[in-house]
Amino acid sequence: MKHFIIPALILLLAAGCGSTPDADQPPAAVETRGGESDRITTVDAGNMDSRGLPPELTDAKSILSKRSVYFDYDKFDIKPEFSSLVVAHAKFLTDNRRFRMLIQGNTDDRGSREYNLALGQKRADAVKQQLLHLGAREEQVEAVSLGEEKPRDPGQNEAAWAENRRADMLYSGEF
Amino acid sequence: MFRPSLSLRGLGLIASGVFVSCLLASFPARAELTVEITGAGANRIPVAIADFGGDFASARAVTGVARSDLDHSGLFRMVDTAGVSMNETASPAFDEWKNRGADALAAGSVRSGGEGRLETRFQLYDVARQAPLGGEALMSPPNMLRAAGHRIADFIYEKLTGERGIFSTRIAYVVKSGPARYELRIADADGQNAQAALISREPIISPAWSPDGSRLAYVSFENKKPIVYVHSLVSGQRVVIANFKGSNSAPAWSPDGSQLAVTLSKEGGSQIFMIDADGSNAQRLSVNSSINTEPFFSPDGRTLYFTSDRGGSPQIYSMPVGGGDIRRITFDGNYNVSPRISPDGRTMAFITQHDGAFRLAVMDLASRQVQVLTDSTKDESPSFAPNGRMILVATEVGGRGVLSSVSVDGRIKQRLSIPAGDVREPAWGAYRR
Repeated sequence: MKHFIIPALILLLAAGCGSTPDADQPPAAVETRGGESDRITTVDAGNMDSRGLPPELTDAKSILSKRSVYFDYDKFDIKPEFSSLVVAHAKFLTDNRRFRMLIQGNTDDRGSREYNLALGQKRADAVKQQLLHLGAREEQVEAVSLGEEKPRDPGQNEAAWAENRRADMLYSGEF
Repeated sequence: MFRPSLSLRGLGLIASGVFVSCLLASFPARAELTVEITGAGANRIPVAIADFGGDFASARAVTGVARSDLDHSGLFRMVDTAGVSMNETASPAFDEWKNRGADALAAGSVRSGGEGRLETRFQLYDVARQAPLGGEALMSPPNMLRAAGHRIADFIYEKLTGERGIFSTRIAYVVKSGPARYELRIADADGQNAQAALISREPIISPAWSPDGSRLAYVSFENKKPIVYVHSLVSGQRVVIANFKGSNSAPAWSPDGSQLAVTLSKEGGSQIFMIDADGSNAQRLSVNSSINTEPFFSPDGRTLYFTSDRGGSPQIYSMPVGGGDIRRITFDGNYNVSPRISPDGRTMAFITQHDGAFRLAVMDLASRQVQVLTDSTKDESPSFAPNGRMILVATEVGGRGVLSSVSVDGRIKQRLSIPAGDVREPAWGAYRR
């Protein structure tokens, strides 16, 4: 980078040292470029989606396309059936240090909004701790809570409440 | 701004088992919340407010607000004045008012006060003693006549009960009106005259009034995570006071307005911090790996009440702000949350759960006696009126969020709702200066 900046600076300085152009004189014509010879065709190598995410994060066949960890009522521990999912995301974050993740904890809507915010935080923190334990770095992961405020299922029944007791792992571009 | 227009309706009133139909003044426009009285005190003081003299329409607006305020309070019964018009200088026919059953009588007038303003004058009388109880002169711009009505109601309330009235105060609440429309609104204490302070596509929770009533602290999710703002209501200027890594929530003002207690997860978990009102100088208060949230100051500013699950279930605790022993306050049941302390420091309002129903309760802090005040199933976010008499609480009726105003003895109840809107997160503001 430095190698480009210095000659450029010299050129700029040199230009600045030159005599001031006569304001009355029309500027010299500059040949414009354009036309078919300048057209750029973008080639999609198939490794990024519209949000800049690689297909292994979004392909439905990849475990990494799954982002939700579900919890039992008033519980924060990651159940065994979700450990392979958390392991997979931890490995992805370890292998791809430039990627950042936001974990959003959620709860059902019973009880105090602020207490539910703290419960959702506990769920997000549990996922984050597991990811850090498995190799992700602190600066890659932020755990926050949406509490009961953004229910995926607004219903008032056990199935809806279970759907909302959840932490979602989102990558940059997804939140 | 869109204002669904709706008139105030009195839907009936149950006083000591007797159904009394009650006809209330209807306001010209702008009413937003409908008010339904669902319970009232047994001994209501009979008061007559005569039709005021002067400009007819203005006088009617002022007396309409004052009568409605007193009637809704559940402490007064409005005596039928049979259309008698009377200004503040007339000599009342006390025997006639006594025969109508009035203990007190107000008379007055509304006239031009010059410079486009209206001058309201009134006089209050003790009917039994046939003596004046005082009066006031109030100047207001024509679009602020409601304020004069509230002020008269406050005057009468204070003279007859010995306590300060809350009719001139304001309330804040959040309305969700669609999947992605949240409004933080400010209204008069009677739910009328609502204005939006903040409109957002993302949730807004936990509004808290600054002690001087000029600012609101709240939690907004507009940046995809909870962040605490302090919002100056007149200018609309907003200051982010807590946007740390993780979640930022549960703002509570110190009584002197210089600091807030907030819940931050920046150090892991949910912990209570003190932070200056400009967002600087965050200092951790709670030292515990459990959930610690919903801080609320005692009126002397020395104690913080809060919710914690350190004992295995969410319960209310207290801790000295300056450090010291943490004391558990609630023991009955496995879910006691959202502590709010009355302005005199003697009573704690909170939400308690029994058999899956979340209900507003009060505890006498000296005796630890608990009284459950409602039979609802989804009460949330209680807030004391500045005189400590009433508690505003969010609840649900027919799957929709409404506000309920409940007296501390549980006898007087009103409901405030908006058609097609979900009303939640009420906060009762301070006395106006």
